[in-house]
Amino acid sequence: MSADTIESRRAWLLSERPASRMQARLGRAYVAWRRFSANRLAFLGLLIIISLLVIAALAGVLAPYSPTFGDLKGSRLLAPCAEHWFGTDDLGRDILSRILYGSRWTLYVVILVAVIAAPVGLLVGTVAGYAGGWIDAVLMRVTDIFLAFPKLILALAFVAALGPGIENAVLAIAITSWPPYARIARAETLTVRNSDYIKAVQLMGASPFRIVLRHIMPLCISSLIVRVTLDMAGIILTAAGLGFLGLGAQPPLPEWGTMIASGRRFVLDQWWVAGAPGFAILIVSLGFNLLGDGLRDALDPRSGDQ
Amino acid sequence: MSGRTLLDVDDLRVTFPTRTGLIEAVRGVSFSLGRERLGIVGESGSGKSQTGRAIMGLTPPQARISASKLAFDGVDLLAASPRERRALRGKRIAMILQDPKYSLDPVMSIGRQIVETLRTHEKVGKAEARDRALAMLEAVQIRDPARVFDLHPHEVSGGMGQRAMIAMMLIAGPEMMIADEPTSALDVTVQLDVLGILDRLVSERGMGLIFISHDLRLVSSFCDRVIVMFAGKVVEQLKASELSQAQHPYTRGLLNCMPRIGFERHPLPVLDRKAEWAA
Amino acid sequence: MSAVENGAGRGSARAAAFASSLGRFLVIAITTYLGLLAVTFFIGRVIPIDPVLAVLGDRAPANVVERTRREMGLDLPLIQQFYIYVTSALHGDFGTSVLTTNPVMTDIRRALPATTELATLGTLIGALFGVPLGVLAAVKRGSVIDQIVRVIGLVGYSVPIFWLGLLALVLFYAKLQWVAFPARLDVVYEYTFTPITGFYLLDSAMQGQWDVFHDAFRHIILPAALLGYFSLAYISRMTRSFMLNELTQEYIVAARAKGLSETRIIWGHALRNAAVPMVTVIALSYAGLLEGSVLTETVFSWPGIGLYITNSLQNADMNAVLGGTIVIGSVFIGINLLSDLLYRVLDPRTKVR
Repeated sequence: MSADTIESRRAWLLSERPASRMQARLGRAYVAWRRFSANRLAFLGLLIIISLLVIAALAGVLAPYSPTFGDLKGSRLLAPCAEHWFGTDDLGRDILSRILYGSRWTLYVVILVAVIAAPVGLLVGTVAGYAGGWIDAVLMRVTDIFLAFPKLILALAFVAALGPGIENAVLAIAITSWPPYARIARAETLTVRNSDYIKAVQLMGASPFRIVLRHIMPLCISSLIVRVTLDMAGIILTAAGLGFLGLGAQPPLPEWGTMIASGRRFVLDQWWVAGAPGFAILIVSLGFNLLGDGLRDALDPRSGDQ
Repeated sequence: MSGRTLLDVDDLRVTFPTRTGLIEAVRGVSFSLGRERLGIVGESGSGKSQTGRAIMGLTPPQARISASKLAFDGVDLLAASPRERRALRGKRIAMILQDPKYSLDPVMSIGRQIVETLRTHEKVGKAEARDRALAMLEAVQIRDPARVFDLHPHEVSGGMGQRAMIAMMLIAGPEMMIADEPTSALDVTVQLDVLGILDRLVSERGMGLIFISHDLRLVSSFCDRVIVMFAGKVVEQLKASELSQAQHPYTRGLLNCMPRIGFERHPLPVLDRKAEWAA
Repeated sequence: MSAVENGAGRGSARAAAFASSLGRFLVIAITTYLGLLAVTFFIGRVIPIDPVLAVLGDRAPANVVERTRREMGLDLPLIQQFYIYVTSALHGDFGTSVLTTNPVMTDIRRALPATTELATLGTLIGALFGVPLGVLAAVKRGSVIDQIVRVIGLVGYSVPIFWLGLLALVLFYAKLQWVAFPARLDVVYEYTFTPITGFYLLDSAMQGQWDVFHDAFRHIILPAALLGYFSLAYISRMTRSFMLNELTQEYIVAARAKGLSETRIIWGHALRNAAVPMVTVIALSYAGLLEGSVLTETVFSWPGIGLYITNSLQNADMNAVLGGTIVIGSVFIGINLLSDLLYRVLDPRTKVR
């Protein structure tokens, strides 16, 4: 591609008078991308998340040992060495392999929580914002009540009742994390509810259901994505905390929080058993936080300073 | 021009580096000021406010300022240290901002804000500072100074807030005042009150005044001389009394925008802006 | 004309505004607390298939099960059960702990000061360091200091607290021996020291037992510093953002035009304005630390409510878990509501209107 065509393509993307909806959309995406990629830390975050995805997909290929079966005789609690880069745990399992497989459980938790909590919040928020009146009042009061609760303690109590396990941990976290999404969706809905184009759709006889689904929800998506990304780190930390307390994933699953819990017994002598999985949690949470910050700055220039 | 020169500005330039290149807000402005009232007129973005802030030394840190001369009463402002400039601000050069709603500290009582200016520049006791602040509030025609002294900015009207602002800026007895759109944010009914107070204090104390405004009518009735700015440059400089003989088409355009009773004005004139005036 | 000149009638308007905002506040407070009770009721009575089994275990004889069922009111309709649940919770009656055989409230009363002492010290550390760091980062925006504060904050948001606690124990207790082992006091003092308020640092200082004070300090400093770090991460980030916002305001330009020094402008004007929302942030951070105590107390064997809850969890002691949840939840909600109220009281702008 010559410099000329790149230049003209850029001009097309940055055109102030886009000829089609597609051009406007691509142009906006291009501007957001430029702002995003100028932010080196956000780019680092993106790299971390992509690595996480790749590792999770290829854990079977990348991991040098089995994550669940170890050599109980010869390799218990080995310090990091050439064969076992991160050492081995009390059952002789290679910690590196367990961490690589553990990335799958981290992704599993994060995605499942997002898939449950975000649509619930979106639905509650858009319906409250569009309907207004007493529906709005009731829904928002419920949202605010949930927002005022201590999330971790509540999740703990939920898991205590539901019984320990990774699915119940996901459910408990999802139950406590939808309210902020509802608030955001409602705020966005209120800004567009009285706009002319919604009026136009109403005049054409669209049902409230269709308006909310087709014309309001899509507008809330981008701010919701930013918020969900920023919340990912919190979700990972809560899930790991539940795992640490023995309420999340159960051994022998190589979930990182659970791994820290089982490494806790030897932490004073073999600190790496608990150290390595915690470090993995730190890196992935950091990745989501950096990415979320960058996305927020790129998609919303107003909040760029904060 | 009356008396000796207070302020001498020659070829003042203010540039802001941005991601897309340099933006020149002020491009070679020159004028001088004695103990008189000078008006600077222009549209928003003409660089008039940045000129005022550059003289005060209040441009944001990333801005670059250059001038072949920028001197206040013989002090070279560009060579002065930040400490020296700070000592000038409030004490010898003061500034009034547009909207008292934003330019007064919302969580500090009006009295304390006035006292603060005084005690920054003069060694005075608390009781004396309070007395002088009360006297100053009276001088800006606030009827119940002792009560207003303890009020917070949100508890007073815009007109009263701007009077408090004037009191706060005049209490240390400056020789020069820059008023940046001091009445634009006020109700029309109190605009004249505030202007009257400003006018009286400036002439009583023999101060130099730079009156920055977008309102040519106001400036011409209030000032001795008028500078018209366009796109960062001075396009015309003339006596207020000779405004009707303005030569420059931009000034004429501004003048034509003023409504006059008894004249049919259809279609409404549109201000002409030609690129070559800015060149 | 001016707001000052028509002062008549403002007093009554102000009283009415106050009454209506008080009414709103009460509605919010009551519904939120009822919500908390409803959710814990749901968790304790509705989710388990048989709450009696959850309390007694599955090896209890049939007649005991039947008696307990009636004692717990489980034969009554749900709404009536909820009514009983709410009234007994309001009386501080959360049942008996299976693990300790004490009334849950007695256990909690014993554990609460430990949690409060830890969270208070943590917030103090966080605010003491976090506010100046945030101010510095905002003033020197884009500088090295700003970057460092940003990284400190980001890591604070991303690190698992229990993991950092474990590593800190390895370093400061096992390797360097700067701090004491995980507990609240050395065993020697546990039996000789009689607390008054339950805040050991305060109690020992009041009684002049400086050896106990020193020992208590050696035990609390590491968990408190850890909580302080999390609080610092949040507080410094919010302070920076509030300060950046204040520093662009016109009154800052006016303050410079008055000839004030930068120090005076930053600490005397900008921070005073930022202080109003900062109070809310510090209160929220305090509430967050109370909640975060569940993990920290577990790591540091700190005998507070968090450890009480996790110990009860491991023994399926639902009464104790729910009691602890309600107490921490109530304090959390209370702090949230109070900080909201405090905001209104502190900001002179909200007094009129």
